Amino acid sequence: MSAGHRLLGAIDVVVTDVVELNPEVKRFHFARPDGQPLPAFSGGAHIVIEMKDGDVTRRTPYSLSSSPFETDDYQVSIRRDDNGRGGSLYMHRSVTPGMAMTISHPSNLFSLDKRATRHLMLTGGIGITPFLAQTAQLIRTGGEFEVHYGFRSHDVAAYVDELTARIGHRLHCYADDQGQRIDYDRLLSSQPAGTHVYVCGPTPMIDLVLSKAKEHGWPDAHVHFEHFAKAPPGEAFTVELKASGITIAVGEEQSLLEAIEAAGVDAPYMCRGGACGQCETAVVEYDGELLHSDHWLEDEERSAGQKIMPCVSRFRGKRLVLDL
Amino acid sequence: MSSRIVPTILSRPVYGTLTPTTASAHLLIADADGGTAILDLAKAAPAGFFDSAEVCYVPGADADFSDELQQLSPRQFHTSPTIQALLPRLSRTFERLHMGTSVYLAGSESLIGLATQSAMQAGLDYQALQTEHRGTLARRVQCVHCKGTTENVTTQPAECAHCGLLLFVRDHYSRRLAAFQGVNINAEDPTDVPPKIEEFT
Repeated sequence: MSAGHRLLGAIDVVVTDVVELNPEVKRFHFARPDGQPLPAFSGGAHIVIEMKDGDVTRRTPYSLSSSPFETDDYQVSIRRDDNGRGGSLYMHRSVTPGMAMTISHPSNLFSLDKRATRHLMLTGGIGITPFLAQTAQLIRTGGEFEVHYGFRSHDVAAYVDELTARIGHRLHCYADDQGQRIDYDRLLSSQPAGTHVYVCGPTPMIDLVLSKAKEHGWPDAHVHFEHFAKAPPGEAFTVELKASGITIAVGEEQSLLEAIEAAGVDAPYMCRGGACGQCETAVVEYDGELLHSDHWLEDEERSAGQKIMPCVSRFRGKRLVLDL
Repeated sequence: MSSRIVPTILSRPVYGTLTPTTASAHLLIADADGGTAILDLAKAAPAGFFDSAEVCYVPGADADFSDELQQLSPRQFHTSPTIQALLPRLSRTFERLHMGTSVYLAGSESLIGLATQSAMQAGLDYQALQTEHRGTLARRVQCVHCKGTTENVTTQPAECAHCGLLLFVRDHYSRRLAAFQGVNINAEDPTDVPPKIEEFT
């Protein structure tokens, strides 16, 4: 990573606290060194956290889980993923109170639709985080909502007590190990007109809710989801950057975007999770297979093979040329 | 019959063709020639479609398909003498609607626009509604000067029924008001009166 490339909308912060919520989830608190408020945000917004882990720089999006009305203390809650590329492990093992870090300005790809007469929130596991901020917002601004929160067991379910205290009967919990399941058919078939549904959780849950919503006749405009794809590790490959006139190597644990940045090439990005569309890059030519992991490109665009999202997607094959 | 509406500026609504969905309930609203859009949809609809359908229809003076629509045996069939008379019922219908009910609007732009407005007031997104234009091109026009709305405008320019100004009827449309915008065409010289052309028939 070249020192010249500063995180987009970078804000220097200090880690003010690290709280272990359960064996898998820690909450990290950030504040400005001078104690001044951080930028305002709305429920559902995320920040990108820059992690300098030895020679590797990772930039990973996390939803803000704190109240949008408390901007002197940003909070993110991170589940440790032992099989990921190491971002969450770094946060869990190496980040301690007092550390200086860099985060991005918040942006929101999962905001509440203010036209809704009612908000139905469906979540699984650590997907609860954006809803913590959104429910805090709705309690202050008013608005009808319900949260349906599924998790493996109460030992690893973060924020159940806090949410129960905050929103009471509007929280419905479902523990896998007690055989409890969210009844999507019942929920999606019994909502009054004007309800919007929001889902954040593991990929299979999001896919299931999207297909159930379609099956029950929900229009797309009333269905919202957030899923930051993780940049998966994979085989190393090389890529030619046509406009820059260079060829670079992408390591097994490195994302394509990180490799491009490490080579000193200024590539666009925002969420770094395959959701926002900012980093969409034209594929000039390729001989091999584009390994798409984003939620941005349409199926037709994928099969056309003319675009790639370097923040999360990879390549396997002989030759890849990008218009960068 | 295909719509005679030509897309112009982005603001100008365009409409599609009603297609039956597999939703568990259906609400179909039409006026005058819009009835034929429902009859056409019925030809493509699966068996039992109308068992869970409610049809609200405003017959036109020379386009009344009430009998044909009733023969589709919808779960509920209701007619209203005018669009305005239908609106209070629509407002209640949208309020008690469940998400997942498919909504189909067909006929004049006034019917489609006012029903869309009613649906939006219940919190439905306008993109959640299927629409098909049939019949008259007559417009609801809001005078930008006095804010009065004139119904069934067929000429260009047209007189504001409220303040009497001569209005150029724009394609600029407001979903909130369910009306096209009318702007005084001869503000600088009120004696300059361009000829009226029957443009929206």
